[in-house]
Amino acid sequence: MLTFHVNGRPVTVDVEDDTPLLWVIRDVIGLTGTKFGCGIGMCGACTVHVGGRPTRSCITPVGSIPGAEVTTIEGLDPEGRHPLQKAWIDLQVPQCGYCQSGQIMQAVCLLKDFPSPTDQDIDGVMTGNLCRCMTYVRIRKAIKQAAAELRRSASND
Amino acid sequence: MTRLQHRGLNETFSPSRRAFLIGMAGACCAFGFAPADAATNSAVVAAPGDFEPTIWYSIDRDGIVTVNIIRAEMGQHVGTALARILADELEADWGKVRIVAVDTDPKWGLMVTGGSWSVWMTFPVFSRAGAAGRIALVDEGARLLGVPAHQCVARKSAVGAADRSISYAEIIQRGDLRRTFTADELANMPIKPASERRLIGRAVKAIDIPAKTNGTARYGIDATVEGMVYARPKIPPTRNGASVRSIDDSAARRVKGYIRCLALEDPSGTVPGWVMVFASSYPAAIRAADLVKVDWTPGEGANVSEQDVLAYGAMQVTDPSGGIFLVDDDGLDAAFGNASSTLERSYTTSSVLHAQLEPVNALAFEKDGVFEIHTGNQWQSLFLPVIAKALDLPQERIVMRTYSIGGGFGRRLNGDYAVPAALAAKALGKPVKLVLTRPDDMRFDSFRSPSIQTLRMAFGDGGKVVAMEHHASAGWPTRIMAQGFMAKGLNGSYDPFAIAGADHWYDVGAHRVRALSNDLANRSFRPGWLRSVGPGWTNWALESFMDEAAHAAAVDPVAFRLGMLDGKGRNAGSAPSAVGGAKRQAAVLQRAAQRGTWGSAMPKDAGLGIATTFGQERGMPTWTACVARVRIERSSGAVIVEKLTLVLDAGTIVDPDGALAQVEGSALWGLSMALHEGTEFVKGQVKDTNLDTYTPLRIGQVPELDIQFIDSSEAPVGLGEPATTVVAPAIGNAIFAAVGVRLRHLPIRPSAVLEALAQNG
Repeated sequence: MLTFHVNGRPVTVDVEDDTPLLWVIRDVIGLTGTKFGCGIGMCGACTVHVGGRPTRSCITPVGSIPGAEVTTIEGLDPEGRHPLQKAWIDLQVPQCGYCQSGQIMQAVCLLKDFPSPTDQDIDGVMTGNLCRCMTYVRIRKAIKQAAAELRRSASND
Repeated sequence: MTRLQHRGLNETFSPSRRAFLIGMAGACCAFGFAPADAATNSAVVAAPGDFEPTIWYSIDRDGIVTVNIIRAEMGQHVGTALARILADELEADWGKVRIVAVDTDPKWGLMVTGGSWSVWMTFPVFSRAGAAGRIALVDEGARLLGVPAHQCVARKSAVGAADRSISYAEIIQRGDLRRTFTADELANMPIKPASERRLIGRAVKAIDIPAKTNGTARYGIDATVEGMVYARPKIPPTRNGASVRSIDDSAARRVKGYIRCLALEDPSGTVPGWVMVFASSYPAAIRAADLVKVDWTPGEGANVSEQDVLAYGAMQVTDPSGGIFLVDDDGLDAAFGNASSTLERSYTTSSVLHAQLEPVNALAFEKDGVFEIHTGNQWQSLFLPVIAKALDLPQERIVMRTYSIGGGFGRRLNGDYAVPAALAAKALGKPVKLVLTRPDDMRFDSFRSPSIQTLRMAFGDGGKVVAMEHHASAGWPTRIMAQGFMAKGLNGSYDPFAIAGADHWYDVGAHRVRALSNDLANRSFRPGWLRSVGPGWTNWALESFMDEAAHAAAVDPVAFRLGMLDGKGRNAGSAPSAVGGAKRQAAVLQRAAQRGTWGSAMPKDAGLGIATTFGQERGMPTWTACVARVRIERSSGAVIVEKLTLVLDAGTIVDPDGALAQVEGSALWGLSMALHEGTEFVKGQVKDTNLDTYTPLRIGQVPELDIQFIDSSEAPVGLGEPATTVVAPAIGNAIFAAVGVRLRHLPIRPSAVLEALAQNG
């Protein structure tokens, strides 16, 4: 039995320690917004936060994160209205959408580390997230738009 | 007329074929399956009392318009665009419009999503369907208001006359909507002039997008059902003809959750030599499959590699016999014989993988005598009969339930992945969820065939182009999978998707186009349709060649092309979809040249290249032009694409932002295949099986994009692929402009640039 937290709630699962976190999230817990793309950490579709850091869940054994706090796309914002999600809708970023949970989760951490990201910052942090529909132009714009909103709300606090 | 109509499929697009009776929906349901999952895919059942003027939509007593979408949602926001067409003619309030992605049913006719066809195919049907509903509602609304119908106007889901108005909802609640239209009336149903459009061409937010930002969008891989087991295949050493000699699962038995494995018997011949490994969880299936040892007798192709396929093609293009002629004008050989000079060049392309991010998958089970296949698919009409053959069941007892597609790009036109799931579910007598790992998916891909093409041009007096020929060899996906879509050539049938583009709109004098089926490719693997299909390689050759020919003739490449885009004779164009012909191609070429600063001075080792295409096919031309600005790093051979300027004329643009998104994505696909993508077929298998060595474009490699559409009210054509066709030759031509070397193979790797620079001294 392994216990950790997903989106703020404790979960206990009965799986092998070396089971990738991805399949526990998808098939055991039933949160399917996190996607399977490559299984080797090269596409980023499976990106979740573990302890607030972007993590490729497809190569993370669930036994390696006892007690950890895991956040998935479903837990990012109760209304799905995180500034990045709003920007994603406003700029109509997704096409097929399959990679976009991972893109958004990666971008959340990008903006924590770089509140005013340059193009180079975006390239550096987002390069591990493949978008096969190639929505990159809009991903870049949406990250900048969300960053501006986050800065505005921070300065209003 | 279009090629599709030539193929006798026009009935599919004709509203007259449909049950267009205008009347209240009866209590009987045309669709008998209960919704599997109300959130994503629901069977369409209009409630009694709803107004269901055609099979394409219904309006309920609250005025909610539900539009049935038979096209797959794979990122093109197709439901939004198609519903806009219908709602515009219906004069519906967009806020009251919903879309439903329907499951398979014979009543829908041809279910295919590809070829950039969706808007083009659906526009006539949905606009007339909407108009029919509007007319019936206006007539009945007028009666209820007690005024003549001609004094009434429909707007925003209401019928108004002077200061009085009645909503569609109220008309449906109170009225008697029994008006019928004959097939002829529907076929001739007038649609609004472009000036009266209120939704088409206006900004809209795509209906499918919010769910794709919060994890609630449902793809095939997310489908589940009580009691299912997971399956992962053991992929045989060859795509065709493999058979299982023995299976040893002794090591797999130690995996917790492992159930068993099974060699599939497949009467449809879709997955020869497949062994399925079952487990209670997918990670257990992955692990167990790694441990199951299968001994196969390989089929054809086990000793065939990329260079063999290209060598076979080279032999075909050199041999004047064989192949199918699309065009073969009298006087061609004489023109070459009498030419003052000639030019001949050959071009090749490597195998290209789909690498759609959602690996192919399917959930299959039998329920109440019906086999349900839950999977995202682009061409249900093609694979339903194959699944039926595999299961030995009539098609009426199979339904394919619809899901969002995590990347199509043509991979899911080929529904081969549904067959093993269905066979396994039948053999086990329980639901089976088949998921391929990334390496499984790539090894099982029906990838883009390698191609080889030879083009020749004859110049007469004063450098005038007097003749041209184009010989193209590649694998033919349509011959393997969709015989009904083969096209008639002058001396037999050919795969239109493997040659389109070569039948261009330039006036070159005597013209010859010959399509060659690379039989070695067809036997050794399963060639697939991949975004833009043949035009992705024919235009690489054609537009590189036009650049070479312009330089040979010492004419500016834009002026050289414009001289041949005269819009005369067979290039004059015709209604409905190609009005204006080559003149419209000339217009996009000129506009792109202007926006892309064609002719301006460039820094050292930088250059501009131009190319133009007509998108996917002559019957549905999307006039496209691109200027690429590149810079070459002489030390590494790296090609840095700094900017792509694209101009497209796709006729009427239904959803402007969705159209832009399609061009952004498809142009970057063109760039990705020009520089970053390409694998190799090695002894029956593709060399690259994951995204560590197969490397589509990443965010840091995206150039500046300038995309413009020509303002037009002509018939809408397609936008999912045309930009893909034009980028690679624009880049190749720009490399020549920058550093004077000509690359004739895709993808263009830095090593090839270095080698060419070295040869150039």
